[in-house]
Amino acid sequence: MIPEIGQFALILALLLALAQGILPIIGAHRGNATLMAVARPAAQGQFVFVAIAFGCLAYSFLTNDFTVENVARNSFSQLPLIYRFTATWGSHEGSILLWTLVLAFWTVAVTVFSRHLPEDMAARVIGVMGLVSVGFLAFILVTSSPFTRIFPAPMDGNDMNPLLQDPGMVFHPPMLYMGYVGFSVAFAFAIAALLSGRFDAAWARWSRPWTTVAWVFLTIGITAGSWWAYNELGWGGWWFWDPTENASFIPWLAGTALIHSLAATEKRGAFKGWTVLLAILAFSMSLLGTFLVRSGVLSSVHAFATDPTRGIFILGFLGVVIGGSLVLYAIRVPKMESGGSFSWFSRESMLLVNNVVVVAALGSVLLGTLYPLFMDALGMGKISVGPPYFNAVFVPLIAPAMFLAGIGPLVRWKQASLPDLAKRLRIAFFVAVASALLLPLVAGGFNWMASVGIALSLWIVFTVMIGFVERLKHEPGNKLAALWKLPRGFWGMQLGHFGLAWVVAGIALVSAYETERNVKMNVGDNVEIAGYTMTFQGVVMHDGPNYRAARGTLDVSKDGKPAFVLHPEKRIYNASGMPMTEAAIDYGFSRDVYAALGEELGPNEWTVRVFYKPFIGWIWVAGGLLALGGTLAAFDRRYRIAMKKAAEPAKAKGVAVEGAKA
Amino acid sequence: MKRWLPLIIFAALGGFFYIGLHLDPREVPSPFIGKPAPAFMLPVIGQPGVTFSPEQNKGKVWLLNVWAPWCVACRQEHGALMQLAQAGVPIYGLNWKDKDREAESLLAQKGSPYTVSVDDLDGRVGIDYGVTGTPETFVIDKGGIIRMKHIGPINADNWQAKFEPLLKELNQ
Repeated sequence: MIPEIGQFALILALLLALAQGILPIIGAHRGNATLMAVARPAAQGQFVFVAIAFGCLAYSFLTNDFTVENVARNSFSQLPLIYRFTATWGSHEGSILLWTLVLAFWTVAVTVFSRHLPEDMAARVIGVMGLVSVGFLAFILVTSSPFTRIFPAPMDGNDMNPLLQDPGMVFHPPMLYMGYVGFSVAFAFAIAALLSGRFDAAWARWSRPWTTVAWVFLTIGITAGSWWAYNELGWGGWWFWDPTENASFIPWLAGTALIHSLAATEKRGAFKGWTVLLAILAFSMSLLGTFLVRSGVLSSVHAFATDPTRGIFILGFLGVVIGGSLVLYAIRVPKMESGGSFSWFSRESMLLVNNVVVVAALGSVLLGTLYPLFMDALGMGKISVGPPYFNAVFVPLIAPAMFLAGIGPLVRWKQASLPDLAKRLRIAFFVAVASALLLPLVAGGFNWMASVGIALSLWIVFTVMIGFVERLKHEPGNKLAALWKLPRGFWGMQLGHFGLAWVVAGIALVSAYETERNVKMNVGDNVEIAGYTMTFQGVVMHDGPNYRAARGTLDVSKDGKPAFVLHPEKRIYNASGMPMTEAAIDYGFSRDVYAALGEELGPNEWTVRVFYKPFIGWIWVAGGLLALGGTLAAFDRRYRIAMKKAAEPAKAKGVAVEGAKA
Repeated sequence: MKRWLPLIIFAALGGFFYIGLHLDPREVPSPFIGKPAPAFMLPVIGQPGVTFSPEQNKGKVWLLNVWAPWCVACRQEHGALMQLAQAGVPIYGLNWKDKDREAESLLAQKGSPYTVSVDDLDGRVGIDYGVTGTPETFVIDKGGIIRMKHIGPINADNWQAKFEPLLKELNQ
């Protein structure tokens, strides 16, 4: 009964999405207030029904209803409760339903926080999001219904993919989708601007906080995904340039470029066309990511069940959404006036160069991701593109953006003086370079990547400090109080850049100075790594809720004193029989020690992989800082004031109407 | 013209995606096709002291199915293999890296589609055949030459599309 309610709710949601997508846009075009007024209730109703459908699916998973095919294929009665819940989005069907739910959620957020917008703008934005939702709901109903029943029902399920049975799975997909789908708001604003032909600074101010919040979610999602890979895959790596990872990283790069471009459009009315194109690009890349992951055109460690009809459907949808937007863009872009002029050396030009660099880096990742597909389609053989390509191409391309991240915030809008800036920054420059040159002496061994990485991150750190100092110079009174009162937008930018510097430092240090040993161990054997001595104490069998594990014990000592104990596991999951490596990690601020069991060679004889990973934790901590910076920037005072101001005239109008009645 | 550029780039990408949908990225051409099947001699599961070698199948068209008890996809194709075996298709099993020694009891319990299945405990024969995972199925002709390699479970669709025409041709 419950699954049928879910299916029915999906159909109702589709009907509401159609109303939400069509009527308000017609209304905005004709200036018909009644049709425009459909937007908000239709969107909110749609959200309710999608949420009911999602709830029904979650209920089927939680109650082990194996008469539902999706539950039977992706869950298992012994699965712990929390994973039975996350299994709701662990399958293809469920994850598309989550996509749709998140989209409906963002749309509701727009309906609530858009009271300050002109009615036709809000109607168009909500309408465009409705049209996107139509595509996804139709996709679910036509090709991927999660509520299909199976007869006869199996006694038990096939179990969730053991790789997905990790706490990371609780947060990673919803966060990632909040980010992916959040770009739909910026996209809808861009399309609404193209439809109405109004591209003013107000438009950029409206869409900017939405874009930043989506970017924050995507940042958290990617950081969590990397953390999951590090903990769960047992290879000790944290980023693999896997097509699915790239599918989340490419929209992130597009979103990063968009945030910066929106800054120039809001403040100076500059590069409007480019900003609109980036807004289309960011959401297109999110959709493309979904296509790449769901259609099976690329093979990936993340490969879910694939089905060509689904691929055709998403491709057609992509063609309509992206193709349609680009046609609209091409028609409308000549009407855009360019904003205020700026010289070759100004905040605008720095932001533009930043954009070009980031988009070029995006292009290199996209090319590497799709290259195997191009070669195969052209009949030029099967190849795969791996980390060597991405490291060799992406890193040098993105490095100039790091350098600019230091300069950009200190350069004035419109026109700046290069000699003046050079004077302000020369000390920071020399200290950064000198530290990079000294690093090999401390770290023991020269590595150009570490030195360049450290130089760039110190450069950003120093320029962030200079930014604060210069800003406070003009504030009267208590400097500490003034520091607290600086606009959140400023704090957000500085924290974001500082977080970036920290990520880069962590990546540079761990890539350059990590060590790894792969050894065969018997009980009592020792292995030494980076000053730690690990003694293998053998393996005992141990039962988990839905798996059996061989649990190893490694006593770790440093300088002859016992430091900590690691318990790496090799698990066999009961339902699928799939073996899984569960790494054991001792986390630290300046280093992680990581151990994983390899193959069993004989009684109590195993291959063991141990890693020493200096500063790897910085990557995730700094990822959190990036997200915090974005959050502060999104909630800057000026956006809240704009909303309040808009609310007041609306109230005043209400009073006037009542007055007229009286 | 410049303003149409994004659309043109997207259209070109879309074309590649459309072609890509009809290709299988997991299907890697095997360099073993057209080459003699590598020789081996391995113990037959459930018959102590008996061994099997591809030499014994000279003059016969047969399938070598690489499987393992721990392999989930192999369970999916088990039903299809049983039907084929009943229809008289000679299927030989290569039980790959079965460290827990489960193959014999599993075949006894679920039924064996194999004429015989041999035990490749350390996976060395798998390496000789370039096995990347389970299940994989090789079609070997009367002269002992590998004619096709199929990656992934066999089902009615791919059997009709890929195997049947080839077997018909080879058996003539």
